[in-house]
Amino acid sequence: MNKYLTCLLGWVDERFPLTANWKAHLSEYYAPKNFNFWYYFGSLAMLVLVIQIVTGIFLTMHYKPDADMAFASVEYIMRDVTGGWLIRYMHSTGSSMFFVVVYLHMFRGLLYGSHRNPRELIWLFGVAIFLCLMGEAFFGYLLPWGQMSYWGAQVIVNLFSSIPFIGPDVSVWLRGDYTISDATLNRFFAFHVIALPLVLLGLVAAHIIALHEVGSNNPDGIEIKKHKDPKTGIPLDGIPFHPYYTVKDIMGVAMFLIVFSAIVFFAPEMGGYFLEANNFVPANPMVTPPHIAPVWYFTPYYSILRAVPPMFSSQFPGVVAMGVSVMIFALLPWLDRSPVKSIRYRGAKYKIWLAAFVVSFLILGYLGTEPTTVWGTFDKGMPVVGGVDRGTVACRVFTLVYFLFFILMPFYTKSDKTKPVPERVTG
Amino acid sequence: MMKNLILLLSLLMPALALASEGAHLDRAPINMANTASLQRGVKVFVNYCLNCHSAASMRYNRLHDIGLSDAQIKANLLFAGEKVGETMTIAMNKKDGKAWLGAAPPDLSVIARARGADWLYTYLRSFYRDDTRPTGWNNVVFPNVGMPHALWQLQGEQRLKVAEQTGEHGAMTVEHTLILDKPGTLSPAEYDALVADLVNYLVFMGEPAKMQRMQLGIIVLLFLSLFFVVTLYLKKEFWKDVH
Amino acid sequence: MANQQVDQSKRRFLIAATSAMGGVATVAVATPFIMSMLPSERAKAAGAPVEVDIGKIEAGAMITVEWRGKPVWIINRSKEMLDNLAKHDDKLTDPALGVAQQPEYAKNATRSLKPELMVLVGICTHLGCSPSPKLKAGAEGDMGAEWPGGFFCPCHGSKFDLAGRVFKGSPAPINLEVPKYKYLSDARLLIGEDEKGA
Repeated sequence: MNKYLTCLLGWVDERFPLTANWKAHLSEYYAPKNFNFWYYFGSLAMLVLVIQIVTGIFLTMHYKPDADMAFASVEYIMRDVTGGWLIRYMHSTGSSMFFVVVYLHMFRGLLYGSHRNPRELIWLFGVAIFLCLMGEAFFGYLLPWGQMSYWGAQVIVNLFSSIPFIGPDVSVWLRGDYTISDATLNRFFAFHVIALPLVLLGLVAAHIIALHEVGSNNPDGIEIKKHKDPKTGIPLDGIPFHPYYTVKDIMGVAMFLIVFSAIVFFAPEMGGYFLEANNFVPANPMVTPPHIAPVWYFTPYYSILRAVPPMFSSQFPGVVAMGVSVMIFALLPWLDRSPVKSIRYRGAKYKIWLAAFVVSFLILGYLGTEPTTVWGTFDKGMPVVGGVDRGTVACRVFTLVYFLFFILMPFYTKSDKTKPVPERVTG
Repeated sequence: MMKNLILLLSLLMPALALASEGAHLDRAPINMANTASLQRGVKVFVNYCLNCHSAASMRYNRLHDIGLSDAQIKANLLFAGEKVGETMTIAMNKKDGKAWLGAAPPDLSVIARARGADWLYTYLRSFYRDDTRPTGWNNVVFPNVGMPHALWQLQGEQRLKVAEQTGEHGAMTVEHTLILDKPGTLSPAEYDALVADLVNYLVFMGEPAKMQRMQLGIIVLLFLSLFFVVTLYLKKEFWKDVH
Repeated sequence: MANQQVDQSKRRFLIAATSAMGGVATVAVATPFIMSMLPSERAKAAGAPVEVDIGKIEAGAMITVEWRGKPVWIINRSKEMLDNLAKHDDKLTDPALGVAQQPEYAKNATRSLKPELMVLVGICTHLGCSPSPKLKAGAEGDMGAEWPGGFFCPCHGSKFDLAGRVFKGSPAPINLEVPKYKYLSDARLLIGEDEKGA
């Protein structure tokens, strides 16, 4: 049997770089041996992408992208399609888990300097993936055609109408109508089901190809290719991805699936954060819900949008701030001026600013889920903040911290006291 | 700069206590395993709700899940020649509903997921007579609701007593109490039990697969835990090579 | 390293265990996805058995009802029509009903539960067109003097008699299908379900 398989493999290898690629990307691709907990999330993100595509395909077999039928078709899937409820919950849970995993994956970058030279392009592809992911989630959220779906889309598309001069026309063009309607639903379906998934797959491939070109970073932030075995050319601190990281990632997958399944089977609504209660009310263009909030993974940016007051009778500055808050990640490789990559060897300044950034992100995220009145209002008599919602003031403060993390980075990373970086990995 | 920031942050803390929601909601006694309750509940639903409200995503034969046979469904729940495989639709359409009743009565298939069991349980017990309203009824949980008290013959008629009280720190609180003026055919305890059954059924109807989902979940998590242990040993074994 | 042998077998065992559990998991996960493609409750409800009133069909007349998206003919065969059935076995492709195109209780001379009432799925067994009824026998109709009454498919010329049996020379290879059916009463038929179920 083995002889025949070897023969077959030979035949394929003469016509297709199968073994060559297996070696280059798996069995002879050398990754640093000191990957820790933060290094699981890249492969987990790929797993969630596969889960979303497979569950998505099967949902598309039954879903109807028509304003009159969409909501009912989702309930049809939940009740009349065998196993439909499971496929639906996997897709809705996967959508939120995608962002959990991706945010943790991005945070790993901030910890260990994965965005630094020579990995700037990997980081840029990553930013592009993040933007596409946000788009994919936004388009997908309209599809159930519930109240939150409808009004969330209405609000966000209306943001485009704040663009000076061309805004209102752009919004009509995006919607295909004067308000969110069946036309909008159909095109968002096309974007969500085929356009963005294709782009995402291409970007993920580019992301991994760019990674394999330069090799992975590691928790010590040192380049393992600097010290290679003179005979074999293999990095001294490197181990072949297969079998060591395939085996480790399978364990990571098992752990992830436990968390994923616990949610799917016992808490798919996640207290209203993964499946919002108001989205079980069919979309009603005549009735705006008292409290519209985007899904949890968009709330930090939503807070930033709301924090900026209208200027020159336009909400556009807020829209710009929100856009910049996401796009600014792209500048990271050039804002970070530290001589060291990993937080392990950075000084106190970076650690404080990173902590402040994380705290800001989390608080902005929480405040974005609530109306601005959630923490009450300052007394009218108070200076500066008098009469303003406390939540709004908090958002403004933390928006400032969020942006300062980036804007001041060239300065505090340069002047930070760093520790000596080891030559070999420390584990 | 830092000190002001900390001062500002500390000022925000007491405000957390002021965050408030709407009317107080009673806890609904939900028990998905109580098929007797669910069967009583579907009977109330079909007899009192399914005239104005549809449940167009709920198929009659899904009631097999709560222990009802086709024969029982046909005998007790199908009044207009519907087939047992059909969904709980009604004759009135949305346009007519809006014209006749002011607002089209919403489809109730997933009302329990939209409003929550506690809300429904409290709502159905909080109707009171209000002659200023076109239906003659109002509701503490849903002020100025367009729905009349469909179950009034069972509960009887309640009246709203409004009392203002001055509490500590000079804060004014308004207390709403519902008083049963005219008793219905059921005692308050019996009515509460009936509403509990109805809401129990509405929760089931909102997600008929719920029990199955949780049962399957236990098996899946047990399997995955075992799988994780196996993959952990596999990893440890291979990583013995790495120093 | 000493213990190399033990390590190898342990590794093999763990790889086997992981693969086996992974295989089980894959099959388990794939199952709801594959099953989701089966007819849903809505499709099953739409394909449910159909009740038909047969009390008012005159002798020699036919009605058509819909079942599972297909036309089903119910013919009240007159005595003359029934007599004609036995006279042309030599002209039929499958007079002995060798191919199972009917339930057990219709495997008889009249292909029916009761002789007068014929139930047939009105889809030609050649390529799926719906044949036209030519119930009148002989010179009365337009099928020639020898015609015993039956059905003619306009698409490719297949011919069937009043028991749905296909005539030799037709492109259609087998007799028309007799669906499951049963009597709910003398005047009421249930198409799509019999004593054994749907």
